[in-house]
Amino acid sequence: MSYRFPSDEWIKELSRLLNESESYESSAANWEGDFMFEIQPDGAFSESAYLFLGLHHGKSPDAALLSSADEREAAYRVSAPYGTWRKVIDGELDPIQGMMMRKLKLQGDLMKIMRYPKAAKEIVSCCALVPTQWPQG
Amino acid sequence: MWTFVSPRIVFGEDALDTLSDIRGKRALVVTDPGIVACGLVAPVLERLASAHLKVHMFSDVEANPEIPTVLLGAKVALEFAPDWIVAVGGGSPLDAAKAIWVLYERPDLQPAEISPFIDLGLRNKARLITIPTTSGTGADVTWAIVLSDPIEKRKVGLGNWENVPDIALVDPSMASGMPRQLTVDTGMDALTHAIEGYISTWHTDMTDGLCAHAAAQVFEFLPRAVTDGADLEARTHMHHAATSAGLGFGNSMASMAHAMGHALGATLGLPHGRAVSLCLPYTLEFSARQSPQRIAQLAQRLGVSSANGETAARTLAQAVRNLASAMGNPLSLGEAGISKDSFELCLDKLVADAENDTQMITSSRSPSSGELRKLFEAVYDGCSVGF
Repeated sequence: MSYRFPSDEWIKELSRLLNESESYESSAANWEGDFMFEIQPDGAFSESAYLFLGLHHGKSPDAALLSSADEREAAYRVSAPYGTWRKVIDGELDPIQGMMMRKLKLQGDLMKIMRYPKAAKEIVSCCALVPTQWPQG
Repeated sequence: MWTFVSPRIVFGEDALDTLSDIRGKRALVVTDPGIVACGLVAPVLERLASAHLKVHMFSDVEANPEIPTVLLGAKVALEFAPDWIVAVGGGSPLDAAKAIWVLYERPDLQPAEISPFIDLGLRNKARLITIPTTSGTGADVTWAIVLSDPIEKRKVGLGNWENVPDIALVDPSMASGMPRQLTVDTGMDALTHAIEGYISTWHTDMTDGLCAHAAAQVFEFLPRAVTDGADLEARTHMHHAATSAGLGFGNSMASMAHAMGHALGATLGLPHGRAVSLCLPYTLEFSARQSPQRIAQLAQRLGVSSANGETAARTLAQAVRNLASAMGNPLSLGEAGISKDSFELCLDKLVADAENDTQMITSSRSPSSGELRKLFEAVYDGCSVGF
């Protein structure tokens, strides 16, 4: 089974994989701070989409596709065009390098997130494990 | 798309004379008391005076510079208002100077906010010159800043491309008087930069040649520089190798040996170069189990192995051990004089700190917490890694 990106099913599958990951659990044991992923329109994707990923003490208690950015509050927001997200999820773009090149924009408490590089890497690894459908080619 | 950052590098004999030609009004010299005491700051001050700059010196930087020290240095900079910051020393003064420069330009920031994900807007007030006095750190050409948090007793990796120095003066005369053990430790640091920069998952065509060449230079010239400190050819090549390795790993990042070495340095007080190079053979063996290709390729380029895969990678790990051993450096934490009790007491912290060190991001094989614990135990006991 594969999951369309972006969708409620996709982000819930990512949340499920994180909850199964011992590596994520140990690396994010003290982490508190939800994420919102903003998928911006580009040539292959026509509307903005917002994925909410709840993250608390090594677990992901909640995840959902939002109808708007205002629907939930998140400590961190990562924004990028659809094509950039696709490269990240397909493993063609390291998201940290993407953020350094400003291909992805990160908003939130950077001092805090810099202390959890392994947890960030585990989230990205789990993203790559979600079987993903790309409806826009 | 990726990028490569570098200062203007003036290298070789008399590179220091470039200071006589800089234009400006005020220079803040950032250094440490040992560098002042051994007379290495005097020629810098002399040349800045000939350029008619008013000079103030901040020489309070300690080994493994602490966050309160750079805050103090930034306060001094804000009061003195320099248009040049001139960093003289090993990695500690150079990293401290980068942080002082950023906080001088951006007093609204805390040190921990110096990350690659923000725009700093530097060079409105001053520019940075670095003058390395050891042949190892590479900090003269990197944007990385490693500071120590005295409260949590851990090292924090900071930095932003913007805070790469403007000019690096790589003059071998500034490092030719290094005592033997400092030559060994800093030279092994350069080797670790070169090897980790080559095998980092962020390596590129722009960094591979620099790292491979620097590693070859260290294998060839470090034993000579250690055996005969007056061998200026060896000293010069080592000084250049350290900067080449800095350019390489500064743009591709280091890896797991640095993550573990930072934890060891902050917790057990080992000198940086000794700590990271002590871990290197073990992390090479660990990575070789799952992703030996890059290590094997480097082993072949260096001529230490004609084999492939894990066999070649393990041969490189052994070559690193042989080099360290030939110069009398310890091959384990036990040999380094760390008691088993002290080690076991801080093992949980070592694992936690290494796991969350930024250099772990670019490791080709990411260890679990359990594997990291076993790796530290192997480094303590001096046992090859077979897991």
